[in-house]
Amino acid sequence: MSVLIFAELDEGKLKKSSQEAIFYGAKVAGMLGTSATAIVLGAADDSELALAGRFGAAKVLHATDTKLNEPNGMAYATVVAAAAQQEGTKVIVLAKSSLADAMTARLAGKLKAGLAANVIELPDLSTGFRVKSSIYTGKAFAYNDLKADIKILAIKKNTIVTEETEASATIENFTPTLNDADFVVNVKSTEKATGDILLPEADLVVSAGRGLKGPENWGIVEDLANALHAATACSKPVSDLDWRPHHEHVGQTGIKVSPNLYIAAGISGAIQHLAGVNSSKVIVVINKDPDAPFFKSADYGIVGDVFDVLPRLTKAAQAL
Amino acid sequence: MKILVCVTSVPDTTTKIAFTDNNTKLNKAGVTFITGPYDDYALARAVELKEKLGASVTVLNVGGADAEPVIRKCLAIGADDAIRVNAEPTDAYFVAEQIAAIAKETNYDLILMGRESIDYNGGQVHGIVGEMLGMPSISPVMLLDINGDTASITREIEGGKESLEAKLPLVLGCQEPIAEWKIPNMRGIMTARTKPLRIVEPVSTQTLTAVGSYELPAPRGAVKMIKAEDAEMLIQLLRTEAKVI
Ligand SMILES: Cc1cc2nc3c(=O)[nH]c(=O)nc-3n(C[C@H](O)[C@H](O)[C@H](O)COP(=O)(O)OP(=O)(O)OC[C@H]3O[C@@H](n4cnc5c(N)ncnc54)[C@H](O)[C@@H]3O)c2cc1C
Repeated sequence: MSVLIFAELDEGKLKKSSQEAIFYGAKVAGMLGTSATAIVLGAADDSELALAGRFGAAKVLHATDTKLNEPNGMAYATVVAAAAQQEGTKVIVLAKSSLADAMTARLAGKLKAGLAANVIELPDLSTGFRVKSSIYTGKAFAYNDLKADIKILAIKKNTIVTEETEASATIENFTPTLNDADFVVNVKSTEKATGDILLPEADLVVSAGRGLKGPENWGIVEDLANALHAATACSKPVSDLDWRPHHEHVGQTGIKVSPNLYIAAGISGAIQHLAGVNSSKVIVVINKDPDAPFFKSADYGIVGDVFDVLPRLTKAAQAL
Repeated sequence: MKILVCVTSVPDTTTKIAFTDNNTKLNKAGVTFITGPYDDYALARAVELKEKLGASVTVLNVGGADAEPVIRKCLAIGADDAIRVNAEPTDAYFVAEQIAAIAKETNYDLILMGRESIDYNGGQVHGIVGEMLGMPSISPVMLLDINGDTASITREIEGGKESLEAKLPLVLGCQEPIAEWKIPNMRGIMTARTKPLRIVEPVSTQTLTAVGSYELPAPRGAVKMIKAEDAEMLIQLLRTEAKVI
């Protein structure tokens, strides 16, 4: 009966968004009078498995087949479905991510599950099983009634404030039968920035737009991001022009972020850009045009030249 | 080669979302509906592959009659024929079930769609379709080339991208820069009027999820402006007032 949480790794480490998912899943388990089980796939240190316990998992299933070391949505769905069956799970929780999306869809197909994506609150069990989710790229919310026997909740980043405790989880090896059909897509090569803070995971984001004039000026954006331990992002024209890689593009047709702090420098604030960032907790806008529409959606604003303001913010942040 | 492109009809990206009927329905008054921007990328690539390799392109929409202008536009852009499953697209599983039912009638080599719809942003339909048809599903696809029975694909991952190879048939969720959005020309618009549009009734399915009601976000408080010459103050305010750094 336990609530099952798919806990995702990035370079062997439990992702921050998955820590949130475990904490959320444990809360749901509490509401349902059951316990939380996390499932971790691929190589991970014991300390990472233990971390799942400190965020509320009573048990951790660890599937260690080396074929699972490479992220694979299809194979992961097979494993998580097997875990759900073993645990008699009715509620599966995970953090929305690129890999989790690929996994969740296959899982929903296998289990004929009722699925809610971009969930932003704990469920309301007073009238069945109701969850609030973000829709229209953050422009509205929906209250979804999940009527299927098995429910999957894909939670949005920053849905819940986690607390770490001293609790420990029992760790079990999990060795389900893998399915060859899940391994037919051949990965030829992978290009990934290592060591950087992943944009969808970041608590703080420094983003810049066409106001930066050219890719050669991105140093001042990166300096501020480094001083704050933030990830960098950009507007669509910036990635269209190849000033920055596509995976940094935020907005309606890019990555959707919901960090604690989003700093927008030299971005006008078109509605399609706002759509991807409007659920950020605090928004700062720096623009030389006092009439830039972004100021209407900001918490703090500075009318000024990014080439003057960003370096000064960096200095002030370094002095903290 | 046969390509099926699944498209959504969604409010234009500039729409101010509002609800009616006690917050249970989208207020469609004054809303322009467009092809989902990601679906538009999928369609554009399908039409390019058709021109390059001689494929047939069928467009599929699960939606009411009000989605037909969007379907006609897809035909004008270069799809050969269209199918509309006459039902409100209530959730990802329901839509996937309709697509799978249509796909089972014809052996498509490629089933393309956007990585996600911009109304529900679930990003799930392609994966569920893949599962239902026993085909691999890959998303978000940034580049797609076909060589015989093999697809070469670049997929975006968090913080980067990867190159993949897989045998057809495949279900793919697409995004930029797979192709440039296409604008229909006059000739396309004329021929679209007479291209076949088949309307089929949905396969029945049980309700797994339902939306009880909708809500708009609370407006943000007033913006606090800081003078450029006092820019450093921002860092202090973010620490002491907003408490985010
Ligand atoms: C279907 C569709 C989907 C889209 N999806 C997205 C999306 O996902 N993400 C996205 O970002 N856009 C998207 N767009 C594009 C969007 O409409 C805007 O064109 C885009 O966001 C503008 O980017 P920008 O703010 O960087 O550039 P601009 O609009 O050119 O703004 C540049 C800003 O920089 C300011 N500036 C210039 N110089 C300085 C300086 N020295 N100091 C300070 N400020 C300066 C200017 O005042 C201006 O406000 C989409 C559009 C469509 C039609």
